[in-house]
Amino acid sequence: MSAATTLIGETRGPARRRTGVIGAGAITERIILVACLGLLGLFAVFALWPSLLTWQDPFAADRSLILAPPSLTHPLGTDEIGRDVYTRIVYGTRSTLALGVGAVLISLTLGTVAGLLAGLAPRWVSMIVMRGNDIGAAFPELLLAILIIALFGGGPVNAAIAIGIAGIPYYVRVIRAETLKIRRATFIEAAHGLGLSRTTVLVRHLAPNALRPVVVIATLGLGGATLAGAGLSFLGLGTAPPAPEWGSMLSNARSFLGLGWWAAVFPGLALTLFVASTTIVGRRIQKSLEGRR
Amino acid sequence: MRQLSRIGLRLLLAAFTLLGAATAAFFALRLVPVDPAFVILGAARGDQVDISPEVLAAVRAEYGLNEPLLVQYGMFMGRLLQGDLGMSYVQQVPVTSLIASQVQPTLALAGLGTLLALVLSLSAAILTAGRRLPSGLASVLELTAASTPVFWLGFLLMLIFAVQLRALPMIDDGSLASLILPAVTIALPTAAPLAQVLRQSLEDVLEQPFITTARARGLSIMTVKLRHALRHAAIPYLTMIGFAFGALLGGAAITETLFSRPGLGRLLIMSVSNQDLPVVIGVVLLSTLAFVLVNTLVDIVYTLVDHRLNEKTAATPGEGAAASPDTRTGTGADAEADMRTGTGTDAERSGA
Repeated sequence: MSAATTLIGETRGPARRRTGVIGAGAITERIILVACLGLLGLFAVFALWPSLLTWQDPFAADRSLILAPPSLTHPLGTDEIGRDVYTRIVYGTRSTLALGVGAVLISLTLGTVAGLLAGLAPRWVSMIVMRGNDIGAAFPELLLAILIIALFGGGPVNAAIAIGIAGIPYYVRVIRAETLKIRRATFIEAAHGLGLSRTTVLVRHLAPNALRPVVVIATLGLGGATLAGAGLSFLGLGTAPPAPEWGSMLSNARSFLGLGWWAAVFPGLALTLFVASTTIVGRRIQKSLEGRR
Repeated sequence: MRQLSRIGLRLLLAAFTLLGAATAAFFALRLVPVDPAFVILGAARGDQVDISPEVLAAVRAEYGLNEPLLVQYGMFMGRLLQGDLGMSYVQQVPVTSLIASQVQPTLALAGLGTLLALVLSLSAAILTAGRRLPSGLASVLELTAASTPVFWLGFLLMLIFAVQLRALPMIDDGSLASLILPAVTIALPTAAPLAQVLRQSLEDVLEQPFITTARARGLSIMTVKLRHALRHAAIPYLTMIGFAFGALLGGAAITETLFSRPGLGRLLIMSVSNQDLPVVIGVVLLSTLAFVLVNTLVDIVYTLVDHRLNEKTAATPGEGAAASPDTRTGTGADAEADMRTGTGTDAERSGA
């Protein structure tokens, strides 16, 4: 909850400075932000402890209730072999989000290392890193991920790695641009002027500041990576059925669209809500970081 | 002159990038733990099939798999330059003819999708920029559209227009009507970030003093937006078009699968499950070529639109060599960040 209060505290700052009073817009914005954080918290509970919020089995098929519409026992209906859609969404959260989180961690780690290197290393090293990065960025992201899967096989782990690798070029560019900006900043000159060693300046002053946008791009990237992961599962290249996963649930529901809209609508709604929440929270963090500068 | 050398540099960089992409594709193909000869002979990964050594050797010789890696690389690049993408492992026909047979539906989808996205984003941004309530409303819609998975959006459109209203066909039947739903599906998520960025930068420009001057001369708000503000707001928008095109290419694979449409995306997904690597590489390289061409074109267009870029290089001759590629990557990365965050402020700042 501490993250929530910090963020809300941040909303208040700039709004007051500008208008003197908190306008209706700022209040709506704050309500939306709290709702998003609440949703993300709910998804976190789904992912970490699915049995807390549902008592049914995601694999239990009730043959007498095939594609049953939403009811009291099955709040979001049942799917084509009579499994509870709500329960499958809850249990599918972990595998769906794991793809996104895994991919972001991979892009983040490798992208940060390469970005810092490109920003700090001698010209020719930077040149090699950046030209290599251009080649990576030349491939459309999702197609690069599909290519990697074609080469090394599908499945959830490979899908996360593929999306992670495909995302690296973007992280490298942002981190490098930030590093270059900060390397020329006066406080770095001052640190050098005070006679601090190069390593101290790098570790204590440069890196922490250059890495500040990382929080923002990781939060914002999480939505995109999760979408890509669910997309790959939808195409049958990520998490495979019968394991519950939002993308593959949608893929299953495709053939029964006319018979039971709920099996397709709700998993997609969960995914959209998750992505929109990460985007809104990410932008909030971005704004507060920019305000601090 | 400076413009020309800038354009030349961009083209050279694009050629280099494509060469790199092709090289990466070739070595990736060779890194794979699958023996192509087995796939060619119809045995997918993990299958235990008895194939006589003679047959294997014959296939290896036919496809040049026995040559040293560098010779194979030379052969691959040589053929590629002649537009030859090799033979499909599974269907035993040239990859180029497979691609040629599937390219038309994808072009139609991507073309109509791009057109819709441009019209939607331009009109949404120009009509709502600077107007409080419409602007807020539009940004909520855009955020929703940008967060919606392509395949789910497709489902919703299918449910509404094909299942409920029965107004449009759900599955491809070759008619123009069956192109509408897929094109809208692919256009909405593409248009959303484009509109966000354009409106944000339009609003930033509208606060500039020269806009007040133009208004004081008696020009209407619409005229000011169209004649003055749009040109200044165009840079982040243009960069984003290049980036959005990449997302469109990926989205085509999903949309085609969703709507059971023929096309390159379907061919790609089918080839991935068949382990038909030459086809996969062919389709991906072709998309990459299109992506790089569009981005290069965008870059060239904005050296023509924004003279500030050229002045900047001229003003700092000492940094000239570094500045030309750097400004490009800089604005590119910033605009990409905006693409994901939907704010135009960074790109606008670096452009200004």
